[in-house]
Amino acid sequence: MHEISIAESLVDLIADEARDQRFARVKRIAVKVGALGHVEPAALIFCFDAVARGTVAEGAVLDVQTVPGKGWCRRCRCSVAIMHRYDLCPLCGQSHVELTAGGELRLTELEVE
Amino acid sequence: MCAICGCGTATSGKPAAHHHRHHPHHHHDNHWHGADGSINFGTEDSSIAAPGTDEARTIRIEREILAKNDVYARANRSRLAAAGQFALNFVSSPGSGKTSLLIRMITDLSSQFAIAVIEGDQQTSNDADRIRATGVPAVQINTGKGCHLDARMVGHALDQLPLRSGGLLCIENVGNLVCPAAFDLGEAHKVVVLSVTEGEDKPLKYPDMFAQADLMLLNKADLLSYLDFDVTACVAYARRVNPGIDILTVSARTGEGMTAFHRWIEERAPNGRRDVACAPT
Repeated sequence: MHEISIAESLVDLIADEARDQRFARVKRIAVKVGALGHVEPAALIFCFDAVARGTVAEGAVLDVQTVPGKGWCRRCRCSVAIMHRYDLCPLCGQSHVELTAGGELRLTELEVE
Repeated sequence: MCAICGCGTATSGKPAAHHHRHHPHHHHDNHWHGADGSINFGTEDSSIAAPGTDEARTIRIEREILAKNDVYARANRSRLAAAGQFALNFVSSPGSGKTSLLIRMITDLSSQFAIAVIEGDQQTSNDADRIRATGVPAVQINTGKGCHLDARMVGHALDQLPLRSGGLLCIENVGNLVCPAAFDLGEAHKVVVLSVTEGEDKPLKYPDMFAQADLMLLNKADLLSYLDFDVTACVAYARRVNPGIDILTVSARTGEGMTAFHRWIEERAPNGRRDVACAPT
């Protein structure tokens, strides 16, 4: 379950921010997770709750925003929605699309006090 | 020697078992060295205290969650480039034959490259022992409960390896077709090993790993005549996930296809020659 390492990295990032921006507690954390990335949101939330214990992020709500998969079809020269990394372009059905969204794993917002 | 605290320098030969707790607020950095030379990682409680105010506010940030791993990976990459090393990260499910493949590679290529190996497993130093028996230096990383190697662990292992110019560094990741895909270690290429005793649809079931790899080795080819494994379908599935992936069919046991794999390495390694001018660290 690599989500535990990712949750630890997230808690580390928040600890850095706590030192830099001088806050003592985090109430809400917003992260963007790509639908075609390496992370299962439910597993990340589960791991985060355990890893955050005893840190400034303990008890914080982890708000995971899923970013849908999107790709660029060179043949159709347009952006298309994709469900899997290996989907062919839904318009022409022939070309592999270049992933442009859906691989994110980013901390975007902290509600702190 | 550990690059962080320099321990291990005061003793001759193998340093005694000891702990490193360099930065208590970064429990990631905690690891301990076993008497067998292994580097051991495990989870320990982190305790983070931060000064603060009572004012509630919202902070907008854009930070990659794996940014720290990426920093370590970049450092490893620069260090390997400076040392003239060509590094491959071998990933697969458990039992695909990665260690046997490495042993075959070492036998075939050790006159051409100064080979060094980093072995990743949750427990035991069995794989590193097998590699060392060939005469090649190997460091075992035990990840504890961890399901993958990360770039920081590999950085610590590099401290213990003689990095020779024109060298070939093989990193054998923890047997796991899911988690290692997310962690850049600083390697030149990921090589995914799939054995024909597994299902041919593995690339579709675990697409992240096959999407990240530059080469797929279809191992245990000597067993094909006993199995219903459909090589053509497997190749098509892998290319569907990753149209640019190179694919070679090999057998670590018989040596079939290994020449093509060696050629693949030789075409990419910057300095395919042994240079003994660099002393071990």
